[in-house]
Amino acid sequence: MGNRITIDPIPRIEGHLRIEVEVENGKVKNAWSSGMLFRGLELILKGRDPRDAPLITQRSCGVCTYVHQEASVRCIEDAVKVKMPKNAQILRNLTMAAQHIHDHPVHFYHLHALDWVDIVSALKADPKKTADLANAASNAPGQGSKDFAAVKERVKAFVESGQLGPFANAYWGHPAYKLPPEANLMAVKHYLDALRNQVKAAQLHAIFGAKNPHLQTAVAGGVTCGNYLNADRISQYLFMLREQIAFIENVYIPDVLAVAPFYLDWAKVGGCTNFLAFGEFPIGDQLWQPRGWIKGKELKALPVDPTKITEDVKHGWYKDSPPAHPYQGVTDPLDGITLDKNGQLESEGKYTFLKAPRYEGASCEVGPLARTLVSYVAGHKETKDVVDLVLKTLKVGPEALFSTLGRTAGRAINCLVIAKQAEKWCLDLIENIKGGDAKSYEAWQFPAGEAEGMGLADVPRGALGHWIRMKDGKIDNYQQVVPSTWNLGPRDEKGVLGPVEEALIGTPIADPKKPLEVLRTVHSFDPCIACAVHVIDPQTNEVHKVRAL
Amino acid sequence: MGKEEEVFNRLVEKGVSRRDFMKFSTLMAATLGLAPAMVPEIAKAVAAKPRTPVIWLHMAECTGCSEAFLRSTYPWADDIILDVLSVEYHETIMAAAGQQAEENLHTAMATYKGKYILVVEGAIPTKNEGRYGMVGGKTMLQIVKEVAADAAAVVCIGTCSAFGGVQAAKPNPTEAKSVSEVLGKPTLNISGCPPNPVNFVATVVHFLLLGKLPDLDDKGRPLFAYGQSIHDNCPRRAHYEDGNFVKVFGDEGTMKGWCLFEVGCKGPNTFNNCSLVQFNDGISWPIGAGHPCIGCSEPNFWDDQAPFYVAK
Repeated sequence: MGNRITIDPIPRIEGHLRIEVEVENGKVKNAWSSGMLFRGLELILKGRDPRDAPLITQRSCGVCTYVHQEASVRCIEDAVKVKMPKNAQILRNLTMAAQHIHDHPVHFYHLHALDWVDIVSALKADPKKTADLANAASNAPGQGSKDFAAVKERVKAFVESGQLGPFANAYWGHPAYKLPPEANLMAVKHYLDALRNQVKAAQLHAIFGAKNPHLQTAVAGGVTCGNYLNADRISQYLFMLREQIAFIENVYIPDVLAVAPFYLDWAKVGGCTNFLAFGEFPIGDQLWQPRGWIKGKELKALPVDPTKITEDVKHGWYKDSPPAHPYQGVTDPLDGITLDKNGQLESEGKYTFLKAPRYEGASCEVGPLARTLVSYVAGHKETKDVVDLVLKTLKVGPEALFSTLGRTAGRAINCLVIAKQAEKWCLDLIENIKGGDAKSYEAWQFPAGEAEGMGLADVPRGALGHWIRMKDGKIDNYQQVVPSTWNLGPRDEKGVLGPVEEALIGTPIADPKKPLEVLRTVHSFDPCIACAVHVIDPQTNEVHKVRAL
Repeated sequence: MGKEEEVFNRLVEKGVSRRDFMKFSTLMAATLGLAPAMVPEIAKAVAAKPRTPVIWLHMAECTGCSEAFLRSTYPWADDIILDVLSVEYHETIMAAAGQQAEENLHTAMATYKGKYILVVEGAIPTKNEGRYGMVGGKTMLQIVKEVAADAAAVVCIGTCSAFGGVQAAKPNPTEAKSVSEVLGKPTLNISGCPPNPVNFVATVVHFLLLGKLPDLDDKGRPLFAYGQSIHDNCPRRAHYEDGNFVKVFGDEGTMKGWCLFEVGCKGPNTFNNCSLVQFNDGISWPIGAGHPCIGCSEPNFWDDQAPFYVAK
């Protein structure tokens, strides 16, 4: 029996996550991932007007704030059989793209960087050498020695104030931090720059989204903002997008490439075996990023059949029932969290509010790495070009992607590829409007009796599915299977670990009292737990026909 | 050197221009309804040392309110976090994890006993003694009561902590409640799903500036922001008076920016300053994007204002 470490709360994520690991001989031998909050949104959806579902499900998460609205709108469109006009499709793609452009840098700098960057060490940096380092890495403006000296002074004044606030009592000085002081100072400056930049990325999101967080623009049939199909709004999007592309190209990607060589050990740990991507960005009836799954790390994308998705509740705080497709799941929440008499979770029994989704019985990682891998092996040119460049720069092969470092690099690659494509979609929109098309919405009616629909999306954190069944214009049943449930879910009835549990096995732990290394792998998944926890209702009818966009 | 000058110089060192600084102070003064003479006073207030400690708890929520706060401009989020407040505990941004994070919470509660501002994001699940939400081995119900006991003020950010929010919508499966219901005393409520960060920041500035909380309405919301309805100040109001309504999205009225009342706009029943300040530094707001207001700053809006696309 190894040494048991519990980390609760896990900070710098969305939601309430607890991770337990068992450490033996300096390595993680076993791991348990627990979602610690239940809200029951699907129960709340029952009986409501289906058009309200995109607004309600969006409140699953305020970080990836647009994605549930979009998936929900898609499942309603599938159920009522309406096809949105071209302008609406482009506007919704631009809004989804802005979600990625906001999310990924925020994850890298504000949720993940402090696992790799030692702020205290930055105080020892020479600003001039830092400027040399930064200028060798990129063409970003504002990288003079005075700029770095000012940041160093700001951090120094902050530390000397004695009020360390959010930076107090972290793992500073931990032996697993490997960056030299200058790289740390560069990263601290970019942490602050990125904090400003994300405000602008959110503004980009709000141009067609009305506001961020919690946008109000997509509705089944199209968008509400037909009045924004004008040169003023589109050019605002285009120019703000270009600022974001400049940040990604000049700061985000160079930082990933500058930091990675110090942490190449992390290209060997933290990997998973299977990967699933639903594909994203519908262009007409096609998907720009491909749908597919990778089995057993084989560099081949297999076709995805959404009817092969099941969820398992063996280790969740739900009444036991056999694994089932979301449409056939029979699940009742138990009385809440149960702890043993020592305040510990019952790790052999039920230990989470997350269920265990499986594809063909396989535990699959979803998210930017899955998306990048599936696109790469499917020959998606825009992705392949950037992946090859990153691998060449770091002098590693594609196998390095199956790791914690690969996950973090995959996210940056994905962000760049999407941002650059958004510029093309912007130009497509201009061309379409020039041609005289001003349509933004297709009217529709609720069908009499029952109707069912599925909405699949591949959003910043990965594969997302919404399933609706409506009866006479009311919600009869609604289910969400979300990315963080795939990634952070528990073991299934066969004992197969969830992806983050699998990824943690073998992680080296230098100091069990300061399990920094565990945070690195957990954070690399960008957990978003509020939307991962939900309940699926009893239901009897099977879905016979599903169309996914 | 005067205090405000000192602050200004500090901001200049960080690349903030006098114009930016005046924009912040003027925006705050305008939002709070203060006389222009108060602008320098705001500068003094934000320079106070030691920085005012804040403990920010995440309960049953989606983190949208934290995200909204991070969108703040003038002051920017980094200014607030590094120079205005001392954010002692905030799960989304703090570096410390697990046991060390718990230590930070307890240290802050002891060190700043009776002096910290407690900000709560999210409702409190109360069913089965609160066992639908736990952090660090304690229920959210226990945590919020403990931390509120020694707080100088309890500020609820967002409709969930203020009024229960989405998880408290019927049938409220976890018996989620507002912070005020759980504590059995009034709280200051910055409602909205999520609220505009301008209103949260203006409230904080008011507290730092005048040493007391702003005047509130009967729902605990600052009157400077929630004193008038969306409809009162809506730029589409003239179309309402003239009877020009959007009937179906995408129609002539959509393109001409007509009133959204007939497609379900809840602006007349909703008290907030969205029509005046808009969101994301004035980029847009729901009605501007042709979407009806859903009434998100009102209690029980998920039940009382729904269905959202039907005129009521």
